[in-house]
Order: sequence, then structure tokens, then C-alpha cells
Amino acid sequence: MTTTPAPPGVEVTETEAEVGTTPGSPPVDTARPVRSRTLKPWYRNGTLVVGLVITGALILIAVFAPLLAPYDPLQQNLQQALQDPSSAHWLGTDKYGRDVLSRLIWGARVDLRIGFLAVLIPFVVGTVVGALAGYFGGWFDTVVMRVVDVFFAFPFYVLVIVLVFVLGAGESSIYLAIAAVSWVAYAKIMRGELLVAKKQDYVVAARLGGMSHGRILLKHIAPNVMSQALIYAMSDIVMDIMAIVTLGYLGLGIAPPTAEWGSMILDGQEFITTQWLQATIPGLAVVVTSLGLSLLGDGLSDHLSPERRK
Amino acid sequence: MTITDLSSDADTAARGVIDPSVPLLSVQDLTLGTGTGGRRPVPIVEGVSFDVAAGERTGIVGESGSGKSLTLRAIAGLLPGGVQVQSGRISYGGTDLLTMSARRRRELMGPEIAMVFQEPMTALNPVMRVGDQIAEGPRRHLGLGRKEALDLAVQMMARTGIPDPARRARAYPHELSGGLRQRIMIAMAVSCGPKLLLCDEPTTALDVTVQLQVLKLLERLCADTGTALVFVTHDLAVVNQTCSDVDVMYAGHIVESGPVAEVFRAPKHPYTRGLLESAPDFDRPDRELVPIPGFPPNVADRGPGCPFAPRCGYVTDHCWTAMPPLAAVAPGRLAACFETDRLGDPL
Amino acid sequence: MFDRLRFVPIRLLQSIPVVFGVTVVVFFMVHLLPGNPALVLLGQSATPERVAALNDQLGLNEPLWDQYLTFLGNLFQLDLGQSITYQRPVTELVASAVPITLSLLAYALVLSLAISIPLAALAASAPGRVRDAAVRAFTLLGQGMPQFWVGIMLILLLGVKARAFPVGGYGQTPAEHLYYLFLPALTLAIAMSPTTIRSLRASTINVLGSDYVGTARSKGAAGIPLFRQHVLRNAAIPTVSIIGVNLGYLVGGSLVIEKVFAVPGLGSLMVNAIFARDFPTIQAVALVVALFVVVVGILTDVVYTAVDPRVDLASQERA
Repeated sequence: MTTTPAPPGVEVTETEAEVGTTPGSPPVDTARPVRSRTLKPWYRNGTLVVGLVITGALILIAVFAPLLAPYDPLQQNLQQALQDPSSAHWLGTDKYGRDVLSRLIWGARVDLRIGFLAVLIPFVVGTVVGALAGYFGGWFDTVVMRVVDVFFAFPFYVLVIVLVFVLGAGESSIYLAIAAVSWVAYAKIMRGELLVAKKQDYVVAARLGGMSHGRILLKHIAPNVMSQALIYAMSDIVMDIMAIVTLGYLGLGIAPPTAEWGSMILDGQEFITTQWLQATIPGLAVVVTSLGLSLLGDGLSDHLSPERRK
Repeated sequence: MTITDLSSDADTAARGVIDPSVPLLSVQDLTLGTGTGGRRPVPIVEGVSFDVAAGERTGIVGESGSGKSLTLRAIAGLLPGGVQVQSGRISYGGTDLLTMSARRRRELMGPEIAMVFQEPMTALNPVMRVGDQIAEGPRRHLGLGRKEALDLAVQMMARTGIPDPARRARAYPHELSGGLRQRIMIAMAVSCGPKLLLCDEPTTALDVTVQLQVLKLLERLCADTGTALVFVTHDLAVVNQTCSDVDVMYAGHIVESGPVAEVFRAPKHPYTRGLLESAPDFDRPDRELVPIPGFPPNVADRGPGCPFAPRCGYVTDHCWTAMPPLAAVAPGRLAACFETDRLGDPL
Repeated sequence: MFDRLRFVPIRLLQSIPVVFGVTVVVFFMVHLLPGNPALVLLGQSATPERVAALNDQLGLNEPLWDQYLTFLGNLFQLDLGQSITYQRPVTELVASAVPITLSLLAYALVLSLAISIPLAALAASAPGRVRDAAVRAFTLLGQGMPQFWVGIMLILLLGVKARAFPVGGYGQTPAEHLYYLFLPALTLAIAMSPTTIRSLRASTINVLGSDYVGTARSKGAAGIPLFRQHVLRNAAIPTVSIIGVNLGYLVGGSLVIEKVFAVPGLGSLMVNAIFARDFPTIQAVALVVALFVVVVGILTDVVYTAVDPRVDLASQERA
């Protein structure tokens, strides 16, 4: 997302000092890498703030679900099945008489938690493997790239669906399946970043100064390239939540009767002609969630690397 | 079909009668600025006025940021998004271009006024064959069919000295050398027989040896067809070579104006003098080069006085308080300086 | 141009190891599926002897490696095995499903371009203004909606409420196919548009600010002719790659969409095969899908070469 150019008189915040620049000339690539070079502080970045607010609100809802939900999401009440929205049930009831609003709130807990957690292993594994491949090159790099190619030949959903089925439906299978499939994207990104980073002057200077590879990677390169992986992770969380919800819809996700947005949509589709709210509302919840996360990701992207705006 | 045939065809076309009693191009008090609506507009070019007669070759010199390119673009109607005409007149053949409808103005671009840009690699469409690009103007303005227009394009390429033009017409820009690309740009510009050619530093991006060839080409084309030339550059040697008159711009103002030979022999403005003294001269290789101290001013922080005051060797208190007007200091010579008399000695 | 296409045979050769890798992954992954197909076929009440006999018949008792080699051998003869559930050659099943999925994807691509190009042009014509913000809001929302949910919403709005389109199925005649596939194709198109629009918008803004557009304007060009000849073709160049990547991703999405709309393509075939533990079919579909992605990748590069005369992939080092 592009942002409008900064107006004159803009505040320039730099988190690390820049050495040896003459006034009026562009900043020089210095011996110490710059952590973030922002044109304005984070709280002025509209996208970032809105994203934070939405995501924050959702996380709060998920955390305080037991306090916020008016009913027990699992409690059935067959006499009250398929009710329209009313003062007692703000969003009506589903086919088992369960309160939709409560299930929606508790569903946030499930989908958000799994979405955030599912990103961790691919992030760590993919980043490390990709960075090593990019930095050291050689046969390791070739092997990694071939493996990445094979994984990329499969559309995300095909692999995930088959894997979840192999491992049996349930939470841990979801983590494993997503981990197995999405680490490759991080690897590819980090490899690309490292290929560029290792040629930068500050790395060459560090090597000439006798610094070990490990120190260079951790102290010098990591702060600069991590931002790209982090930004991608934000969009990956969105993708994971989509996957979880899709798996729920296919009946391969979190087992019923646990409240989960995807399975709620599946239940709702049955009654699309009469109670169309049931299929619609959980989808809207997903839309809002991904909106918040996307804005947060875009805002972070602008903040951490404004020169790489799309 | 020769290029002179085209000129007369263009004349008879109902494209607006050119009034022969006025200069071909007359820029009057042109002011360009940035900023719209709310914020106070910052002037980038102020009060620029000059005339160009038919067949005349005028150079506009100045440093980067002097506003020379923007002035040219204002004439062509190609100002970038953030810059607008705040006031002034640009009349071509007696008619004001600025108040003309956009459609009429577009009809002039090609057959009457054409532009040659600085960097031919980026100024040519990378996915279109060069022959088609040259033919585009004639197809649109002269109503030629595809084959006729292509034939004309090949002729134009031959006129601009491109060897094996028929084959080259099918090439893409990235397949040609820099010098050839610039010739393509020139062929494209003259393809509809314009009377006014605007050149924005057309030789700056070229190798020195190629520069001379391209300049001579421009001179020859203009001489053959009586086309007027407005040549923007920062290179004094080029102006000396190609133009008969020169306007010197600094910080958005014209500070000196007159015939090239006289201005370069005996400048009447300290900035012009400074430019000449800091430029190498092949005829006097031992002369010491004296650079002008300081940097050109930022448009945003300008005081009320002469814009050159901070860097001027002849500055007095008066210079800081009032803007010197561009006034006649000798027959046919204009300069905007309070101290112009003190610049007596020729270089 | 054809001389620049000489990278194609090289690329095909380079794809072979990837395809082999794919067959390995597919085979071993599928054989880790819990449950025994014979048991599923015969039902819970079958006697152990009958199950064992069927196992033998299906070759499921051989060591895994032998099964793999048999699989590969058959593959070379274009024999994808026999479907356990339908008792028909898998090749037949796949062959009848592939055209359906392909036409769905092609339909989706066309619709997606029909949506994306005007919207991107609209946004790029006035960046930062209202219409640009509106288009960007659309892309942001579009990326946030689960594909299957979009399908269900389209069913709701256009199928149930408006009764304009059928809610599922495929139809008999080609005209009916177009009619029945409209909603699923539209769903996929909506899923694909946001990234296409973002890319096309950015590159159009870039192109509009370029020198050669300035040159074209100096020749008096404007409006649609300017857009068509100078802007679109240049702006499309980076977007071609994005669309190519998207198309690969979309195949996975079509799996789910085919289920939502009951379209008898590869997706439905795969999902049903998974539930039935029909190994040969699962393998075959996964293989076909992976091959498709590889081919799309090469085709994307071919289109890219055709659109941009500067590109010469044959002489570039593999990134």
C-alpha cells in the first residue's frame, strides 16, 4: 500500500545515528546498520494505528471471551433452534439452539489462537534455513532451493488438506500441516534477502575485520532483514486463519462441537434460504480479522521499510 | 513526401492561423509554482519572459533547479503533477496556449510544436518498435495510413543520418545505441514538420563525440526547414555552438539575455560571469577555473532581494532588499542586476 | 521473438527433478493415510480373509518401495492405476475432470482481468483521491474474505435471493456450462483480483510517470489510445508474473470452490477420493495439479517474454 508523500516540515526520526554525512547529501551506507528509518513516528501512521486498534480489539475479545459471551457456546437448547435475532439472542440461534453470538466470540478464541501459533514454527524454521542457504550458498543452497521448488509446485490448500487428512483432524494436525507447507515461503524470502545483504559494504567490511560468520549473521544482518520476514508473517497469519476456517468448513478442522467460524459457516450453509445470517456472520468476522491484520501488516511495512512500499 | 511538403500541408490545415507579425513564440511573465489550494504556492519560476522568432535558435542555460526545464515543459503543456502555471501568457503565433482547450493544444503538439527529451532510453516506449513510434505522430496528425506513415518514418530516419533505416525501423529501443536513440527521438520530433522545436538537454546523456554529431544534425534540420529552436542546457559550449541567442536563468528568473557571442564575450550579470569563469575553455587552457561559491537556493526559503545575492562577488546592501528587474543594459541586451555597470571588463 | 523462447526446452528439462520430487512426496504422503482402502470398500462387517484377499489384489501388501517403483513404472506408461471406489482407470476419471477445472480457471482468469484492468486504471488515474481509496478498500476487503464464503454469499445473493444463477452443478451443453460456471468463476475471480489490481495499479502509476508517456503526450496522444498503446502494455509486464503465481495458488482454491458449487472437476474428485481413501486417485490428482502449476510457471514466462521485448530468459542465470 502506498502512502501519500510526507508534507514539508516532516519529523525525521532515526533510531541509530548516522556517521559521516555532509549536510544536504543523502545518508551514506554506514558501518553500523540502521534499524529503522521512518519518516514519521508510528502513532502518526494511520494504517498502523487502525490495524492495531482492530487487532487489539479482537485479541481482547478472544481473551475475555468467558466474560463477554452471554451464553455457553456449547449449550444446546433444541426448543430454541434456528431463532431469528432477538433481545435474548442478539444474533439468533443455530440448529442446535446454541447462541450464535457466544459461539462467534468463542470462535474468535480458537481461530485467532491457532492462527498466531501456527505461524511460529514455519517462521523460525523457514527463516533459519533460508538465511543459511542464502548466506553460505553452495550445495546446501542448491538442495534447499530444489526442495522449495517441489513444495511450491503444490498449491497451498492441496497439501494442507491432504496432510490434515493424513494426520487426522484436530488442532495439532493443523499446526503440523501448516508448518510443513508454509516454511518454504519464509525460506525463499530470507534467502533472497541474504543474497543481497551479504554483498552490502557493511558485511564485507565486517568480514575483512575478521568477524566470524555467526556474529555477522546475528548482530549485523539479522536486524536489517528480519523486518521482511516479520512483515510476511503478518500476511501469513491471515493466510493461516483462512486455512483454519476453510478446513473447518470442509469438516477437517477443529472437531465439533467446539465453536469455530469455519464449521459455523458449514452449519449455516444448510439453512441459507431461511436463516442466511448464520452463514454470513462468521464470514464477516473473518473479514474484519483479516482487515485488521492486513492493515497492521501494511502499517508495519511502511514503518520498517518505507523505501520498499509496494 | 519531403519535410517541406509537410510544412506547407500543415499550414493549410485548419490548425489555427499563425500571425506572422508577432514572434512565433512569446512567453510573457510566466510564473510556475507548486502547492494547490490551501497552502501558499511556492514559486519555482517567476516572471519569465522571452520571445523566439521564426527560425531563430535560442538557448536557455542554468544550473539544475534553475527552472529551465520546467519553463520548456510549460510551453509543451507537460508540467509534472505538482506544478501549475500561476500566471502569465505563452502565445504561439499570437494565440495563448494556456487558455486554449486541451484538445486544440494536443492538435498542435507534433505538427506545430515538438519536443526532444534528454534521456532517449527512458523517453522511448520500450515495448514498441522505433519505426512505429516515429510513425505515430503522422498517423494521428496527418491522417496517414499505417504503411505510408512507416515509409515516412524510414525517410525521417534517413534524414537524421541513421544507417540502414528500413531495417532499424523494426528494432526496439534497447537494441540501439544511445546516439541512434537520440536520432530516433529527433526523427520523431520533426516527423510532422513542426515550426518550433523544444529541446530539453538532448545531448547531456550522450558521449562527447556523439554530442557534436547530434548538435550538427539539429542545426542542419532547423536550417533546412526554418524551424525555430529552444535549447535548454547547462552546457555553455553547446549553446555557443548551436544557438544565436541565449537566456540565462537562475533560481527561476531570467537574469541575462542577448546574442550568444556578445553575452559570452562580455557578460552583464555576475552569475553569467561566474558560469563563464568556472567553465573550461579550450582556447585558453591555462586559465584558472573559478567556481561559484555556495549552492543554489532552496525555493522555499528565499528572501526579498536578488536570488544570487548570497553568492555574488559584487553584492551591495541594495541587492538584498529589492529584486532587480530584467532591464536593457545595451541594445539587444537585458540583465537583471543593480551592479551591472561594474562588470565592465570583457573576459 | 522465437529465438528468445529457447529457454523453454531448458526449463522443461529443469522441471523434471521437481516433478520427480513431486511424485515422491505425493506417493509417500498418500500412503501414510490412516485406514485401509480395502476395509473402507468392503465395510466394517467384512471378514479378515476377504480384506486380506482384496489387499493382495490391490497390491497393498507389497513393501512400500516396491509399490513406489511400480507406481513410477506405470506412470511412464501413462497408467495411473485403477480407482478403488469407481473401479475405473484413474486416467479416465482425471481426463474427464481436467477440462472442467481448466475451463473454470480460464473463465475465472478472464473475469478477473475484466474486473482488475478497469479498476486498476481507475485507481491509477488519480492516486490518493477518492476513487483510488475506494479501489484500495475493495482490494483490502477482497483479500480478507474466505473464498468459499464469497462463493456462499454469491449463492445467497444471486442464486437464492435474485434467482439469477444456479446454485450448483455443471449443466449439459457448452452454453449451460458457461451459465453454471459463472458463479464459481466469479468467486475465483474475486479472490484473484486484489493482488492483480494492486500490482497493476502500482505499475500503471509508475508507467504514467515515465518519460516515454511524456513523449507520447508531446506527440498529442491522450485518453484511450494513449492507454492502450503506451500504458497498458508496459504496465502489464510486472503483473504477468503476479497473475502467474496467483493462478497456481488459485488451483488450490478451486478445490474448495468446486465443493461449494458441486462442480465435477479435479477438486471434487480429489475431495471425494480423500474421504474414500482412494489412493490412486489422490495420487493422480495431486500429480496433475503439481504438473499444472509447473506448466503455468513456464507459460507465464513465455507470456512475459512475448510482452516485454527486452527480456531474454535464456541468457539469465537462474535466481
